[in-house]
Amino acid sequence: MAPVPLWLAEPAQLLPAREQMATTLMFHIIFVPIGVALPAFILIANYKGLRNNDGVALTLARRWSHALGLTFAVGAASGTVLSFEMGLLWPGLTGRFGQVFGLPFAIEGVAFFLEAILVAIYIFGWRRLRPWTHFWLGLPIPFVSMAGALSIISANAWMNMPAGFTLGPNGQVTNIDPGAAILNKALPYEFAHFILAAYLAAGFTLASIYVVGWLRGRRDRYHRLGILIPFTIAAVLTPIQFVVGDRAAIAIFQDQPAKFAAMEVVTTSGTNQAEILYGRYDSATNTVAGGVSIPGLDSWLAGGSTSTYVPGLDSIAANDRPSNVNIVHWAFDTMVGIATLLILLALWFAIAYWRRRDVPHSRIFLWCAAGAGVLTYVAVEAGWIVTEVGRQPWIVYNVLRTSDAVTHAGGIWVSFTLVLLLYLLLAIGTVMVLRAMSRRWRQGVPTADEDAVYGPRPDVAVEPADTPATSSARAER
Amino acid sequence: MTLATITAAVMMLGITLYACTGIADYGAGFWDLTAGGREPGRRPRQLIDAAITPVWEANHVWLIFTLVLCWTAFGPAFASIMTTLFIPLAAAAFGIVLRAASFAMSKDAARARARHVAGWLFGVGSIVTPFCFGLVVGAIITGRVPVGNAAGNEVSSWWNVTSIVVGLLVVGLGAFVAAVYLIAEANKRGIAELPRYFRRRAIAAGAAALVLGVIALVTLLAEQRQMFDRVVSRSWLLIVLGLVALAAVFWLAVRGTVRGLRLVAGVGVAALVWAWAVAQYPYLLPFSLTIKAGAAPSVTLGWILGWFVVSLLLVVPALILLFVLDQRADLGEDPTTSRPTGDFDGVASPIPRSRRADLGTGG
Repeated sequence: MAPVPLWLAEPAQLLPAREQMATTLMFHIIFVPIGVALPAFILIANYKGLRNNDGVALTLARRWSHALGLTFAVGAASGTVLSFEMGLLWPGLTGRFGQVFGLPFAIEGVAFFLEAILVAIYIFGWRRLRPWTHFWLGLPIPFVSMAGALSIISANAWMNMPAGFTLGPNGQVTNIDPGAAILNKALPYEFAHFILAAYLAAGFTLASIYVVGWLRGRRDRYHRLGILIPFTIAAVLTPIQFVVGDRAAIAIFQDQPAKFAAMEVVTTSGTNQAEILYGRYDSATNTVAGGVSIPGLDSWLAGGSTSTYVPGLDSIAANDRPSNVNIVHWAFDTMVGIATLLILLALWFAIAYWRRRDVPHSRIFLWCAAGAGVLTYVAVEAGWIVTEVGRQPWIVYNVLRTSDAVTHAGGIWVSFTLVLLLYLLLAIGTVMVLRAMSRRWRQGVPTADEDAVYGPRPDVAVEPADTPATSSARAER
Repeated sequence: MTLATITAAVMMLGITLYACTGIADYGAGFWDLTAGGREPGRRPRQLIDAAITPVWEANHVWLIFTLVLCWTAFGPAFASIMTTLFIPLAAAAFGIVLRAASFAMSKDAARARARHVAGWLFGVGSIVTPFCFGLVVGAIITGRVPVGNAAGNEVSSWWNVTSIVVGLLVVGLGAFVAAVYLIAEANKRGIAELPRYFRRRAIAAGAAALVLGVIALVTLLAEQRQMFDRVVSRSWLLIVLGLVALAAVFWLAVRGTVRGLRLVAGVGVAALVWAWAVAQYPYLLPFSLTIKAGAAPSVTLGWILGWFVVSLLLVVPALILLFVLDQRADLGEDPTTSRPTGDFDGVASPIPRSRRADLGTGG
């Protein structure tokens, strides 16, 4: 029997709750690579600027720090909503298992706050600290943000590979060990894969902004450095990510066979499994139509030989199968496809830079590099879909069903609609401010830290009044 | 004292910090909304913008802290509150997003009209969120949140007289604290008129909060006698402290003194928060779930409290450094190298303070 379609599944809150969670997570995740990886790029530009007395590099670092302040604030708001939703939408998860896996969220909260303070110190410090003192005080930021990412990934990895508790006969949670829950089996590969993804997304996106300027004829040192610093780091990390991603897929093959079967759309268990690119999965008949099939490749990727036995979707009880195999499979293929393109781009960059020590001149390269930022983000979102939708119908793998964790409150469709509208507004606002920032910079307006979010308080933001009250107000002080 | 009680106290500390900082941010939005037409409201709005931008949305960290602590240490209470009170809590979250979105848009909206609409939405979000938090507190203290997944009435649990009055009280407290903070901000900048402008508003909001507080006690007496008795018999000292703080703010404001004003207002709000905590102890959900019954096992609580100590050691020095930098003068900038110039002991600044305004408003 085929799995029940989601819109017929009980309870009625499940579909809107999942959609709302997906929307808010996919929105929030846009800001994560910026918060995690941008500080490192800023510090590299800062170091370069101080080391070589390079004003252009320092200007880049300073402007990036202002953009970081803004995206950080928006991320704070959307992150607050996520912590609400953990209870509003999934009380069965937090109410019952919060005692097991809640701690990483507390760690992340502190890491986030510490990062906010350090970012503020860094933005304040441009004009208030000795240059090198300023740099050294900024140095912890990438590590603090990495600690924050580690804890959130730990919580998500725990949902994939739950550990640190035992279930009693009546389902009561006993023998809790928060340490074992944090250091669960999926943490190493999920964390490595995500942190690299964050650096790739931030690096390619940052570079693509200056590539666009370069394509429009702004071929100065400012744009050249703006491309080279982030693009070089992202290009170096791309092949590493490919290997780490492969390791993660093999680990999922061993830890979560159902997710692996959905990712690779393996219908029937057996050896010599073909790798199917895209295609349409039909859950009623458990078959795939269309797509490009490469014989034996899937078995070879999973176990190093075509004789590797890969369990298919048929080996999983119908009501335990991922509820939407097509989404998982297409997201996975999209992610891997984009990663392959990025490797080619990185290779092109490496050869060109090795020969001429400059940004490649080819317009085709520049067009590809301009698109790489968006593509990397598509890959990040796709990867997130693979891990989340691929785990369904479980919210905690093999322990708690998503349908048992969802709230019984009504009105989720209303809240989902409101979320869509408000996040659209938030996105428009954020893009508008970032564009205005870049417009100001292009017009050569001085980069004033007072204009930045988390910057120093402007000294005189309000014009003095020309009323007689001035003197009396002064006297009152 | 048990680990569970200490954890509950730490959670109340998070709520207290949020009440003194985040709720004040909402209050600033309230004054932004009520500042009047475009021209008369321009200067107070500029001051509010200048005061909020440096801490934009950062104060939500205390709210996140409280939520996370609640679901880790007191999962059953968290799940019950979040489901029965789904509507006001979802609305509170939407208010936060609305504020963030409209604040971002008002920052760089090209046209005055767009900026005006964004500012209006910012004000609306700033009233909705604290009002909803008040509804939630009202529902909890009147014992309308039973244990379970949406076990209580999803509407009448928070749409009742006491909850609405407490909601208005929280809005009023936010407006009060914000006005007090803005007196100090205006005064620090030496802006004419504005200290007096916000002084009037602080007194009005304080008086409104006092009236609402009295009404809240009366409705509590009518709707939930048991909780009323607890407030009167156990928390009277804290309520007196809150009243003394309010009187002190009035006295300082009338005299035109700024020193100590913010501290006294913060103490007053903190006293009210703890009056609630003391009255409700030992219940997480009056009168069905106690701290002891709703708490996670001691191993989890031990980890949380250990992490709390570590985080204090991390965050406090960083906050002190930020405060020192906030007090330090700008050192100016060499326009060709864009490196800072001048004496780094913070004594002299090559660019006079007045020039910095030119740089600052250049955008």
